Amino acid sequence: MKKQTKTINLNFGPQHPAAHGVLRLILELDGEVVEKIDPHIGLLHRGTEKLIEHKTYTQALPYFDRLDYVAPMNQEHAFALAIEKLLKIEVPIRGQYIRVLFCEMGRILSHILNITTQALDVGALTPSLWGFEERETLMTFYERVSGSRLHANYFRPGGVHRDLPRGLSDDIFSFCTTFPKIIDDLETLLTENRIFKQRNVDIGIVTKQEALDHSFSGVMMRGSGIAWDLRKSQPYECYEDFNFKIPIGKNGDCYDRYLCRIEEMRESVKIMKDCIKKMPSGPVKSIDGKVTPPKKKDLKNSMEALIHHFKLFTEGFRVPKGEVYTAVEAPKGEFGVYLVSDGSNKPYKCKIRAPGFSHLQAMDYLLKGHMLADVPAVLGSLDIVFGEVDR
Amino acid sequence: MQLTISDLEKSVNSDLTTSIKTSKIIFNQLILEIDLENLYSSILYLKTNDKCKFKQLIDITAVDYPKKNQRFKIVYFLLSHENNLRIMINANIDEKSSVPSITKIFPSSNWMEREVFDMYGISFKDHPNLKRILTDYGFEGFPLRKDFPLTGHSEVRYSEEKKKVISEPVKLEQAYRDFDFESPWEGTDYINKENAKKNKEK
Repeated sequence: MKKQTKTINLNFGPQHPAAHGVLRLILELDGEVVEKIDPHIGLLHRGTEKLIEHKTYTQALPYFDRLDYVAPMNQEHAFALAIEKLLKIEVPIRGQYIRVLFCEMGRILSHILNITTQALDVGALTPSLWGFEERETLMTFYERVSGSRLHANYFRPGGVHRDLPRGLSDDIFSFCTTFPKIIDDLETLLTENRIFKQRNVDIGIVTKQEALDHSFSGVMMRGSGIAWDLRKSQPYECYEDFNFKIPIGKNGDCYDRYLCRIEEMRESVKIMKDCIKKMPSGPVKSIDGKVTPPKKKDLKNSMEALIHHFKLFTEGFRVPKGEVYTAVEAPKGEFGVYLVSDGSNKPYKCKIRAPGFSHLQAMDYLLKGHMLADVPAVLGSLDIVFGEVDR
Repeated sequence: MQLTISDLEKSVNSDLTTSIKTSKIIFNQLILEIDLENLYSSILYLKTNDKCKFKQLIDITAVDYPKKNQRFKIVYFLLSHENNLRIMINANIDEKSSVPSITKIFPSSNWMEREVFDMYGISFKDHPNLKRILTDYGFEGFPLRKDFPLTGHSEVRYSEEKKKVISEPVKLEQAYRDFDFESPWEGTDYINKENAKKNKEK
């Protein structure tokens, strides 16, 4: 006689502290073993792409801060690059360096959050307390340069909004000298921790082939041993000027992805230090008055500057007809923007390619046969932020 | 040896001769326009061919051109790690035709196709689970179509009388204002519309 078994359906979320936002998972459980996962997303859908079609290019930029709100400037970067490609303008070298500096800061912001909350999901409270203090320091740097801690709106088409305020680069540099010690401290808590290893080693294994098939990118792919980083392979901005390594994993499990993130933070600190040392002088945004607004000082004296300012903040600039796809290596993976312009002052279509979308999609195959308790561990190592998944 | 983008264009053109309508290189990315019938086979070719090796699907999206005969343009983005190249595949389709699903070639296309369906109402043949993904449960309409209003059709609120969340038609305190800041001498919309009106009255 066949033994009768019944699977249990369990709702995980939409309000669950380990869901990293508003994710609803419908789990089919056989005892404690996961049989099937059906993620329901879209609970944070705000229609970003539709809104962008109704705004000028300048007005559309702040929407990118609200995607992956853990590393806002990396998203702005992709959009700014897309516009610059269509406009065929160059960013002055100092502008490029400032962008790289803040992109790497974004990477650290994101990785700190991910590592510490993943640890929190598997039962370690202390790392998050230590990590968030550093995040706070980094966010004050964001605030000093752009005026706001999270929604920076700092990278503009043609460069960055303002030059660095006095003393900021020294403060960032001193952060870069003290921060590696904090990474070491986090590692003493986690890397060889018995419980942390038991919860992460050999959990959620991704092979090379699977990483390709499921459109993984970023750490999710590098953790499986594929050496692919857009900063190296398709260098944008001035990443060619910097010397850094791409850490890759071996086994493709949650633990390897954790180690990759730790190493990436160290590399980011190196890039930031290098960036400040080499920081050239000069303008921070393109001097093309048809794209970037004039200096405040000029508004008082120059009629032309006043007209430019008025036109840029009402009509905005026009972008020549065309379509382009640009991608940047955001902390979570390949973040892409597909921009179609019809020659007017508003984007005709703007498709945002969020890395988390494909990662979350693979939940079902990643967790089949795992225990229920592994769900938050894998979810944590996927590095999901719902702002970008739901858009 | 790595292929350059123009080598790739040549080899793709010689192998897929008739299925390609146009091919061009813009911003170092190859853009192919392909007929709907040949879409599936062309993508399969690009993935499995030893030269091309486009083993990763980056994204699928569509663009809406309401005035055109074939209203939608569906766009596939592929990436080849070996050659370090990107490719964009376009196909024009009308509202009624359905696109072959590529979930068998790339498993990750599952959600991407669902998103295109959700946003544009384009249906996919042989898709394992074609239902809405980003919009709310019970949502109607296709939000990214150009004729869908920015404010949407219905709004959700908590009703104190019924003690539950209800959905009702959008009520705007003030009509949605779409300012047209384009320079008047460059032929903005409202001037053209007014002129057309005057001409009609005459």
